[in-house]
Amino acid sequence: MEFGLSEDQIMLQETVRRFVAEEVPLDLIRKVAAGDEVVIAQLATDLGALGLDGLLVPEADGGAGLGVLDAILVQECFGYGVVPARFLSNSVVAYALRDTGSAFVNGIASGETRFGIALNDFTSRRDGSGLLIHDDTVAGSTLMAMDVHGSTHVLCLANDAIHTGEPGAAEPVKTIDRTRVFSKLGLKSIDKGIQVRDVDRVFAVACVLMAADTLGAAQCMLDKAVAYAAERQQFGRVIGSFQAVKHLCAEMAAKLEPARALLWHAAHAIDVEDEEALAMAFLAKAHISEIGTFIARTSTEVHGGMGFTDLVGLHYWFKRIGVNRQVMGSPMALRELAARQQGLVA
Amino acid sequence: MDLTLSPEYAAFRDQIADTLKANAHLAPGPEDKGLKHPKRLAWQDFLIREGLTARTIPTEYGGYGAEPDILKSRIIAEEFARSGLPRPLAGQGISMLVPTLLELGTPEQKEAYIERTLKGELIWCQGYSEPGAGSDLAAVRTRAVDDGDDFVINGQKIWTSTARQADMMFCLVRTDPDAKKHHGITYILFPMDTPGIEVRPLVDMTGAANFNEVFFTDVRVPKSGVVFEVNKGWQVANATLTHERGMLGDPNATKARFVELVELMKTETVNGQRLIDNPVLRDRLMALQGEVYAMQANGLRITTNRLKGESPGLSGLVVKLQGCELNHQIAGLAIDALGELGILYEEGEHLRSGGSWQWRYMYDLGLIIGGGTAQIQKNIIAERGLSMPREPRPARS
Repeated sequence: MEFGLSEDQIMLQETVRRFVAEEVPLDLIRKVAAGDEVVIAQLATDLGALGLDGLLVPEADGGAGLGVLDAILVQECFGYGVVPARFLSNSVVAYALRDTGSAFVNGIASGETRFGIALNDFTSRRDGSGLLIHDDTVAGSTLMAMDVHGSTHVLCLANDAIHTGEPGAAEPVKTIDRTRVFSKLGLKSIDKGIQVRDVDRVFAVACVLMAADTLGAAQCMLDKAVAYAAERQQFGRVIGSFQAVKHLCAEMAAKLEPARALLWHAAHAIDVEDEEALAMAFLAKAHISEIGTFIARTSTEVHGGMGFTDLVGLHYWFKRIGVNRQVMGSPMALRELAARQQGLVA
Repeated sequence: MDLTLSPEYAAFRDQIADTLKANAHLAPGPEDKGLKHPKRLAWQDFLIREGLTARTIPTEYGGYGAEPDILKSRIIAEEFARSGLPRPLAGQGISMLVPTLLELGTPEQKEAYIERTLKGELIWCQGYSEPGAGSDLAAVRTRAVDDGDDFVINGQKIWTSTARQADMMFCLVRTDPDAKKHHGITYILFPMDTPGIEVRPLVDMTGAANFNEVFFTDVRVPKSGVVFEVNKGWQVANATLTHERGMLGDPNATKARFVELVELMKTETVNGQRLIDNPVLRDRLMALQGEVYAMQANGLRITTNRLKGESPGLSGLVVKLQGCELNHQIAGLAIDALGELGILYEEGEHLRSGGSWQWRYMYDLGLIIGGGTAQIQKNIIAERGLSMPREPRPARS
C-alpha cells in the first residue's frame, strides 16, 4: 500500500509548477484578462509546446498514457497560477474517447484537434440551455461551454448523452472571471458513430479536474496570505503574529491539506475504477469548492484593504474559485448526485 | 499510488479477520462492567497472545514482541472496526505510560509496571493538568519537596480520568520552584492509595463524571518513582503528549459514526417520510461525507509518510483539530435529524440510540477542548506547519 505520489508524478508537477511561476506572471494574466489577442495566442502556443494535452491519450495514439491522478496534478498548477489552459477540456475529452477507436484521440495528442467542452447542462439548465438532436440536426444552445474559442471540435451533452460535434455560433458570456472564456454555444453538427464513455464517468473526470483547479488557486491564496502576514506591519508588529490573523491562516491550512488527499484519492479511484469513484469525485468537487470559497474570502480578509484592490490582483484567484464553484456542478447539485450514486435518493 | 495490499499483507488481514471471527465468543459484552472484569482481562490476555495489541512491546515485558509495522497496526485497527468486537484496552497507562517507561524507565520500573499494565491488572491515571495549568501545562504548581528518600507532595490536579479506578498515577510535580518553568518539573509514579490523596468526581455537561479532581495533602512518595531524572519531567511528558494527540481524531472511528448516521437517517421517519428523503438533511449528510472521505484519505497519506520514515507535516498537524470538529458535526446532524427525539437523554420510550448522539455531541465538545484546545492546535498549525511567528513568550518565573 502506498498513498502518495511517485517520483515521476512529483517531477511532472514540479515541471509544470516551474513553467507557471516563470512564464505566466501576474502581468501576463492581466493582459489575458484585458483580451490582448497577441498575448493570448502566444500563451496558447507556449502551453501547447509543453506537450501536456495528450497526457491522458494512450501511448499507442501518440499520448503519454498517464492517468487522471497525473492530470489533476497538472491542473492544480494551472489553478495555482490562474492560467487559462485548454488542458482541462482536452483531458476530459481524451478520457471520454480513449480506448474507443476514435481518431480524435490522436489529434488531441498532436495538437491538431482542439476540443471545447459543454457539460454544464448535466446538473443545471437555465434560460433554455440544452442541445437537442433531431434527425440530422442539432437544435438549441448550451450555456457555459469552456474553451470553445479556437477549437475545432466540442464534447457536449445532447439528448442526455455525450457526443462530439462541430461547434457553431459561440457567444462569449461575460463572467466575473475574465481570464477564461465561457460561451453560449450552438452546434453545427453532431458526429455520428463516435463511441464515448458514459456521461457519469466523464463528468466525474471533469469534476476532479475542476476541483484540482480550485485546490491550486486556494493553495496560492493561502500562500499569499501567509506571505503577506509575515510582511505587513501594524501596531509595530507583523500582523501574522496576531492570533486573529494567524488562526485564520491555520484554519485555511487545516481545511486545505485533507482536501488535497481527498482529491488524490478521488482521481486514483477513477483510474482504478473503484466502485466508490463517482461519489467520491462528485463530493471532492463539492467539498473543495466549499473550502475554496472559504479560503478565497479569508485570504482576501488577511490582506486587508489591499486584498480588495486590483493592485495585488488577488481577485483573479477569488474569481477563478467563484466560477469553478458554479460551473459543471454546484456543491449542492453534486452532493445530490453523490447521494443518488449511493442509492440514498428515493 | 497503490491502495491494494501486497499478498503478504492481504494474507495478514485475512488471518486477523479469521482470528477475530473465530474467537468472538471470548469478547466481553456491555453487561461485563468494570475495568477489571475477569472477561475483559481474559479478552485482553487473548489479544496480546495473538499479537492484536501490545504488538511491538518486547516479550520480556509481556508484549507480543513483533517488529514495528505501521501497515500491520493499521490493518489490525481496521479489522477491529469491521468486526465490531471490543477493542483492546487503551487506557492512559497503556497508551502513554508504557511507551514512556520503555524509553526512559529504569529496569525496575519496567519490570514492575509494564506487563501488569498491558494485561489490564494495573490501572493508571494521568496527573498533568491543574486549575492554573491547562493549555500552559508547564505552569504546573503541585509542589514536591525533597525529604530524604521521599518527596512530599501538596497541590491539586484536574481533568484526571479514571482517577477513582486507578491503582497508580503518573504525575508532573514541581520540584524546583526557582528554575525556569520547563526546568523544575519532575515526572513521578506513585500508588493512588498513598495517604493524603483525595479524589473528587468532576461532573461534566454530559451529567456523568468522566473526569476527577485529585487533591494532595502531605503525600509522601518514594523517590524510586521518578522517571528519568529529577527536574527533567518536561522532556518525559513531551514524549507522550504527541502520542495523545495522535489518538484523538482517528478517521476509522469517524467513518464508523458516519455509517451509523446514514443508517439512522435511512430508518427513522418524520411525518411518514424517511429522514434521508428530506433534501436539506441529505445535503448536510453528503457535505459531511465529503469531509469524512477527506480525513480518511489524509489518514492514508500519513500512514504512507510514516511507512517511509518521513514526517507527515501539515497533514499530521491538522488531524486533532479537523477530526474532533467533524465528530462533533456528525453528532450535531444526528440530533437535528432526530429533532425533538434528539433531545431525549438517558432513558424513556422514545429514546433513540440510547441517547448516545447527545452524549457524543457534548463529550466531543469536551474533546475539542481537551488534549490541546482547538486554539492551541491552530497555534501549532500556524507555527510549525506554516512557519508563522511564534506566540510571544512571557517571562519565565
